[in-house]
Amino acid sequence: MEEFTPPVPSKINYINAQYGLKSWLLTKDHKRIALLYLGSITFFFFIGGIYAMLIRLELLTPQGDLLQSTTYNKVFTQHGIIMVFFFLIPSIPATLGNFLVPMMIGAKDLAFPRINLLSWYIYMLGGIVTIYALLAGGVDTGWTFYTPFSTTFSNSYVVAAGLGIFINGFSSILTGLNFIVTIHTMRAPGMTWFRLPLFIWSHYATSLVMILGTPVIAITILLVAFERVARIGIFDPAVGGDPVLFQHLFWFYSHPAVYIMILPSMGVVSELIANFSRKNIFGYSFVAFSSLAIAVFGFLVWGHHLFVSGQSIYAGMIFSFLSFAVAVPSAIKVFNWTATLYKGSISFDTPMLYALGFIGLFTIGGMTGLFLATLGIDVHVTDTYFIVAHFHYIMVGGAIFGYLGGLHYWWPKISGRMYPDGWGRFSALLIFAGFNLTFFPQFVAGYLGMPRRYHAYPPEFQVFNVLSTAGASILAVGYLIPAVYLVWSMRYGKVAPGNPWNLPGLEWRTQSPPPTENFDYTPVVTWEAYEFAPPEETEVVGRFHDEVPEKV
Amino acid sequence: MQTPWIPFIPPSASTLSDKVDALYFYLVGVTIFFTLLIWGVLGFFVIKYRRRNRYEIPRPVAGSLKLETMWSVIPFIIAMTMFAWGAQVFFQLWRPPANAVEVYVVGKQWMWKIQHTTGQREINELHVPVGRKIKLIMTTEDVIHAFFVPAFRIKADVVPGRYTTLWFEATKPGRYHLFCAEYCGMNHSGMIGSVVAMEPTEFDSWLSGNTSQQSPAVAGQQIYTTLGCVSCHGASGEGGRGPALEGLFGKQVFLNNGQTVVADEGYIRESIVNPQAKLVNGFGPIMPTFQGQVSEEQLLQILAFIKSLQSETQPTTARPSGPVPGSSPAPAAAASPGAVNR
Repeated sequence: MEEFTPPVPSKINYINAQYGLKSWLLTKDHKRIALLYLGSITFFFFIGGIYAMLIRLELLTPQGDLLQSTTYNKVFTQHGIIMVFFFLIPSIPATLGNFLVPMMIGAKDLAFPRINLLSWYIYMLGGIVTIYALLAGGVDTGWTFYTPFSTTFSNSYVVAAGLGIFINGFSSILTGLNFIVTIHTMRAPGMTWFRLPLFIWSHYATSLVMILGTPVIAITILLVAFERVARIGIFDPAVGGDPVLFQHLFWFYSHPAVYIMILPSMGVVSELIANFSRKNIFGYSFVAFSSLAIAVFGFLVWGHHLFVSGQSIYAGMIFSFLSFAVAVPSAIKVFNWTATLYKGSISFDTPMLYALGFIGLFTIGGMTGLFLATLGIDVHVTDTYFIVAHFHYIMVGGAIFGYLGGLHYWWPKISGRMYPDGWGRFSALLIFAGFNLTFFPQFVAGYLGMPRRYHAYPPEFQVFNVLSTAGASILAVGYLIPAVYLVWSMRYGKVAPGNPWNLPGLEWRTQSPPPTENFDYTPVVTWEAYEFAPPEETEVVGRFHDEVPEKV
Repeated sequence: MQTPWIPFIPPSASTLSDKVDALYFYLVGVTIFFTLLIWGVLGFFVIKYRRRNRYEIPRPVAGSLKLETMWSVIPFIIAMTMFAWGAQVFFQLWRPPANAVEVYVVGKQWMWKIQHTTGQREINELHVPVGRKIKLIMTTEDVIHAFFVPAFRIKADVVPGRYTTLWFEATKPGRYHLFCAEYCGMNHSGMIGSVVAMEPTEFDSWLSGNTSQQSPAVAGQQIYTTLGCVSCHGASGEGGRGPALEGLFGKQVFLNNGQTVVADEGYIRESIVNPQAKLVNGFGPIMPTFQGQVSEEQLLQILAFIKSLQSETQPTTARPSGPVPGSSPAPAAAASPGAVNR
């Protein structure tokens, strides 16, 4: 593995190249901006986490005795808003993506470094406006802002919270734009499209969704604000509007937004599975194009949120069909990841545990998505805890597992230090166990009929809620442990070499932490993605074989 | 709950609930199969191919178009079976049978107001006979709610400004949960109640114990008179300066813009609250709006009255193209709802 060893690290890197608050707040270095994002999204994650704990504590008993119903409604609304818009959507793209997209393609920075910094400021401005809305009195519409409740009936800070989300959307658009231009124009010599790590492909697909979808939610939120302030008659039936129109517009963005959360995570998992089994990814082009397929088909399935909303049953049929179609590219990915492990050399480092956990949980999350795409079942389970369990399996079991796996994987590169591996594995297992205990019982409660967003509930559902709350407590500890040891490791961790995992990717061919320009020389890429061994050695297995890669 | 508790499955008490459960079991089976398959293969690989030596580099493995095709096509075919079966059950859930007894439901923050065609009113309770098809015609006075009866596996949003329908036929007597499933504000979780399914004989005696209230059709006629509708549409809906209402329900209406619409519940409601939206051919825009002057319940009562005009003149409902198969057996049904079924 000697050929992957990066140059002897110099003492100057992007972290210590400059000092002072100003050097961070005015930085144009994508790596520093990634760290700004990392700090900010972690802050929002813990705010959202506190709301989650309040929800779980309230639901421990059926009576609704801890919080008042108005408070509870605000708590679950704000949990959703913070987690979706201020943690999950920016999580991987804005931190790991920002840090690694240029490094993985051999570039010095993103195409528009100033716009990159601007996107962080916009994100923070959106965050501050939203925090203002929460502190001023909160918002109680649910993160979905369904009309006419949000436009006419809610007495909470809908416009302020909407403004925060509206502003934040621009940061998402700018990040997506930056990635697309960077990936198109700034690849190092020899870094062809089909040599790109799959992390890049998934970020490319994610960026498409960001720039095409986010404007729609921005328009929708503006319309809600206009309707609320001026009653212009878009959504309110009393003045000629259509409340269901809002749901169409909202889900036209918010369903693809799920793919903004999960696609980058899939990209991370592709990296982890290939690198920690020292194998080329099985079916590279299928995994790459399935990301694009998910991004494109993801725009065509929003109506599956409206099966019981009074939309035409024929529209329901079409959306059901398309939702099943979008399941296929996801299945392709899962099968290819599994096949990648075949005859690999698999290690069980912390990032790999997260990747394996991701596949396990994403399988359940994806399969339960089929229940919701099935018209006859969706009628019963929609708006129950079944759906709550399903999307947490995707968003937590999927997106957060990918995020934590990626964070551990690239932590030596980001911080220049190793995290304590024992604690890493322990907390990965703890999060896996806590996660399942939290959310699996909710599938059962949901099919039994427990509606979501209930502050008090019939006593027969209590057993499932007690299990959930117990699991959430374990999950909370599981999240706190990495927060502590990662911070600890920045000062006390073992110093990381440039390539601690012995991997061929470009980001490992420079020192840790990298210099501000990422590479001492512009790299010239002469190898395929995940090329651990020469392609001449490629093994053709069994009856199912293709040609050996053309590179031979 | 009178029905025995089966682990992880809510009581199954309608003609459709077993069909939904069968579909559910199919998906659970497929899910367990694929989850175990993937977990099994994953577990097998990570153990068998675990790293035994720090320096080992496995040989690359070539991709396989055959495998890719296989694991794209097979999941797609399985998904299509789910789609087809799911759509088939869905159509049964959404297509109310023609001979269903209508019940009016109005959602309101935070209660369910229910009126039977025979006049009985209930709040947060719905009494229904076992073995008869019931069709709910629902709307709301304020925000979107959703009428959800887990034991019947049915749910539909209740949307302001329009009517949505649900139908079911209870199979087992019992008291079942009724939930509001669409978040509707402060006391959303208090917008709950019960559906009480009773043996038909019990139901009839329950009905006869609650006969003091007038039927919605009669109440609707009073509102019709009070609001002055009679001056243009005639005392018994024979028409005049306004279009005739007799026999209108379910018929095709020719509009002055050349289009035709079917006079269903939604059209009649719209013609009351926003009369200029669809003008009947040959009539001018002279009708004032009644938006804000009639409550949703009163609108449903006027609707019941207009429907009753139909069956007085036309005992058998002949409908040229009726996508809304809501039958209106009143007032014959109003007198003895037991006669409606079968």
